[in-house]
Amino acid sequence: MRLAFVEKLTELAEKDKNVWLLTGDLGFSVFENFIERFPDQYLNVGVSEQNLMGIAAGMAMLGKRPFVYSISTFATMRPYEQIRNDICYQNLPVTIIGGGSTFSYSTFGCTHFPLEDVAIMRALPNIKVTVPGDPMEVRKLLDDIYKQSGPAYMRIAKKGEPIIHADFNNISLGKISEIRSGSDAVVIVSGRQLPSAITAHEILSKEGLNLRVISCHTLKPIDELSVLKVIKESKVVVTCEEHSVIGGLGTIISEIIAKNGIKVPFKILGVPDEFPKGVGSQDYFLKRYNITTEGIVETVHSLLNG
Amino acid sequence: MHEELKKQAYEARKIFLTIAAKTGALHIGSSLSHIDLLTALYSDFLNVSPENSKDLKRDIFVLSKGHAALGYYVILAQKGFIPLIDVEKYGQDNTYLAAHPVYGSAPGLEVTTGSLGHGLPIALGMAIVAKRLGWSSKYVVLLSDGEIDEGSNWEAILLAGHLKLDNLTVIVDYNKIQSFGTVKEVLDLEPFVDKWKAFNWFVQEIDGHKFEEIIPAFDIIKNNKNNKNNKPNVIIANTIKGKGVPYMENKLEWHYLNIKLDALDDTIKQLY
Repeated sequence: MRLAFVEKLTELAEKDKNVWLLTGDLGFSVFENFIERFPDQYLNVGVSEQNLMGIAAGMAMLGKRPFVYSISTFATMRPYEQIRNDICYQNLPVTIIGGGSTFSYSTFGCTHFPLEDVAIMRALPNIKVTVPGDPMEVRKLLDDIYKQSGPAYMRIAKKGEPIIHADFNNISLGKISEIRSGSDAVVIVSGRQLPSAITAHEILSKEGLNLRVISCHTLKPIDELSVLKVIKESKVVVTCEEHSVIGGLGTIISEIIAKNGIKVPFKILGVPDEFPKGVGSQDYFLKRYNITTEGIVETVHSLLNG
Repeated sequence: MHEELKKQAYEARKIFLTIAAKTGALHIGSSLSHIDLLTALYSDFLNVSPENSKDLKRDIFVLSKGHAALGYYVILAQKGFIPLIDVEKYGQDNTYLAAHPVYGSAPGLEVTTGSLGHGLPIALGMAIVAKRLGWSSKYVVLLSDGEIDEGSNWEAILLAGHLKLDNLTVIVDYNKIQSFGTVKEVLDLEPFVDKWKAFNWFVQEIDGHKFEEIIPAFDIIKNNKNNKNNKPNVIIANTIKGKGVPYMENKLEWHYLNIKLDALDDTIKQLY
């Protein structure tokens, strides 16, 4: 996904001189080509995320379109007030790219785990919040973000995630994408859990169960009407995300279920309210919290069996 | 010229005190502290007017110490950006001038501030763009001394020196009193001039109430005199919190108190 981001940004920077890439001293082995091609549209401000966001706001006020990159935790948490006051309150077209899903930096500890980035970003007025599920969603959502005029946050994974979408037709900012149809259950996912959900669909179909797979790449604004329709058409609902169970996709879907008074078996797969202890690989942590194909399959079974 | 500015500033203080008394405004000392500086800025330094206030290349002023907004609104009203009648309704229901500036709420209000330590990074972003594009626009930020405690300022101060942004000017309203005590007691900034120099800024220290010192300092920046290495500019303006009203001068409590309506006449009488 990170490669898709850089390629798309390069394309945008080529056609629009107002597109800038700003970084807080991160991007080694990723941005070199961009820097070489567009030195006048690039700035490394050093390790200073508060300054990074303020600078991006100032640039946007003079008509620039800054894309600001840092590791997801540092991009959202350290400069939260700058994002709130300078960017969102002033409603400026600054796009914040958070590098890494919750366990991308799996051995680095919780300082590098964005457990709550979606929760805190989506609480802010004016901002669009996206967590793409494959490189195609990254490209199309960046295009859509570029075409709109307000702030945006995109969290991208960075381990060479597989391409799921055959084309861009089914991807649009503010809409859900149906990836697999199915009438027995639905799994709604955000981010790099998309391939796990597809594998779950395949396993369950061998058992004669039809699992609908929805990529909910845009968490704000949420495509409430489509989500509601999907929920109403499903016997059971599962959400799956690499994020805290507080404030992310699961919470968003819960809110829709509750607001509309829907009675449906429902479960959130995500990281519980804790700082994950220990050290291990990304898969190690995902397995611990059932944010996996197996987790989805088991949850669908248990919800269907009541 | 200095006499004319002095008259303007006196008039601004008089209007400010009257509106403050009638609306119960706070942060009285903070506005009185900067009125001379802002009078000089809008009269002599900034290339911005109601006519060119939408021009992308206009000079931009950022009141980073946003709590001193009412004094700023009075200056903007004097310069024709905002109708004075609207400033007189400050803080009332269904009006648009908040106790801290909000971007887009009125012509001339360039940046939203209110939380300290935000104005300088934003102005720095503007200065970087202008420098890259070869514009001659100037970007000026007024910081309070207490605000300098915020780490975000030091991030920006470090980068501005590194990038040699001589189109950026910081003015520090150095009245030596912050929210809960004197600067010296709470978090001493001294040696203040040396700190800026160490961050590669071109430093001038002046009396922030004497136009015969403010204007030459601006001239030095405008003519790029003495600043051979394209350093960003800082004016450390020694000021007096509550300046112009003897009973308010150097009094911390005038960060918090409001002027009682029945004290207004006497306050105006004392104004100098």
